[in-house]
Amino acid sequence: MAVFLFYKSLLCLAVFAVSLGIAAYSTWWERKFAGLLQDRWGPSRAGWWGLLQPLADGGKMLFKEEIIPNVSNKFLFVLAPGLFIVTAIMAGVLIPWAPDLVINGVSYPMQVADINVGVIFLLGVTSIGVYGIMIGGWSSNNKYSLLGAIRASAQMISYELAMGISLIALIIACGGTLSFREIVGMQDAGVANIVLQPLGFIIFFVCAMAETNRAPFDLAECETELVGGYHTEYSAFKLGLFLFAEYINMFVSSAVMAGFYFGGYNFPFSAELYHMMGLEPGSWMISMIGFIAYFTKTCIFISVFMWIRWTIPRFRYDQLMNLGWKTLLPLSLFNLLLTVVIEFFRGNLHF
Amino acid sequence: MLGYTITQWVFGILSFLAIMFALMVVFSRNPVNSVLYLVLTFFCIAGHYLVLNAQFLAVVHIAVYAGAIMVLFLFVIMLMNLNQDTEPQKTTISKIIAGVIGGMLLLVLVGVLKGTEQIQLSQYGHSEIGLVKNLGNVLFKEFLFPFEIVSVLLLAALVGAIMIGKKEIK
Repeated sequence: MAVFLFYKSLLCLAVFAVSLGIAAYSTWWERKFAGLLQDRWGPSRAGWWGLLQPLADGGKMLFKEEIIPNVSNKFLFVLAPGLFIVTAIMAGVLIPWAPDLVINGVSYPMQVADINVGVIFLLGVTSIGVYGIMIGGWSSNNKYSLLGAIRASAQMISYELAMGISLIALIIACGGTLSFREIVGMQDAGVANIVLQPLGFIIFFVCAMAETNRAPFDLAECETELVGGYHTEYSAFKLGLFLFAEYINMFVSSAVMAGFYFGGYNFPFSAELYHMMGLEPGSWMISMIGFIAYFTKTCIFISVFMWIRWTIPRFRYDQLMNLGWKTLLPLSLFNLLLTVVIEFFRGNLHF
Repeated sequence: MLGYTITQWVFGILSFLAIMFALMVVFSRNPVNSVLYLVLTFFCIAGHYLVLNAQFLAVVHIAVYAGAIMVLFLFVIMLMNLNQDTEPQKTTISKIIAGVIGGMLLLVLVGVLKGTEQIQLSQYGHSEIGLVKNLGNVLFKEFLFPFEIVSVLLLAALVGAIMIGKKEIK
């Protein structure tokens, strides 16, 4: 029991630290990547290649003056950024980072919690994530903040439908399991779910981008119309938490996509590689290689998110709603129908 | 601990919190605060489902009620910008009548619930009824017809809402 608690708390701490670290260096990589795409240097002064830039930014955020608007609901105003970042980190507990590690015959899964309804838990956590934005926008008592908050919630509700339906298709293709660990584990035969669910992946990807409020879907903080959107009135580290949570959301949804559709810690010919290296199942080398594979996939997805942000201009609000309701929702329903028909003829469904 | 098991302690704390937050929903003056307390109440109820080993119900409860329906409520309240100034003032008579009717409803509910103690909840002989596999089997085998009827009912409600919401029907 003591060993179990120690190992679980160590894992929690690791997930927490990695989430925050990745979020910090995502800000650096985003600016570097934007520089690359726009033919300029990006951050280059703080440290070698600007690698100390996130620390400098964090320090600046900490020492700035904190302003709480006089008329706002103070408790909710302070609560909102914390709520937002907690819900952002919470989905990270589901991610199975590596194959199980076996020490002295005891198996240690590299996942904080294997919830048997993991997929639905993920949907639940993303849907309560909007409360941070809504409470922050409302308690600021500012028209622009309120408009940003309302936009964010409308957008979340609209895109959650298509996201959920594309996930149902994925679950049917995976033989009906709702556990993240089993979905990743099923892809170890070399066939990733992207082969079975190409359309589902595209829908999920677009919805994930909209749910994380990333450009081109960042209507909630649209600078040209709403000053700063829902965080107009926030300053200092509270603003920092809002910006930070956006990167954590991006990291978690990248990891989810890599796990659901691209095999997670599995990669082509992994079994052959392990066999060639003479590794037993459960050795720490396999866990290490699996973790590196998963992490690389996640980083690639984060880069794709950034690539899209610096390529495609922001949608107009009606375009955003039309895309969600009139394109993605029918497409995801069609994908569900197609999946059921295909799985029926493959003999995987029984009535 | 004081003669109670951990489950009983968790149940007691969750029940206390759920009732407290439910009362706060009614007593808080600001509608936005009411909605947020209601969300907390839903979380406590989801905790109860977890104590009953019904993870699926708990997570769906959070995803649907706290995550979708209450967001819509909050959305509407924020959009209409309701606050204390716009709250309609009711006369004393209507307040008394509302109190009497509410008290009678409470009496009826207590009376109905009083007789339910003898019913065995574990109809299926094990406490894993809330897991998604068992729930699916029951819903899609034994209760398939009512389940489908409910979906038609929901669809009818949806269409009705759109019909009422539309200003003019072409």
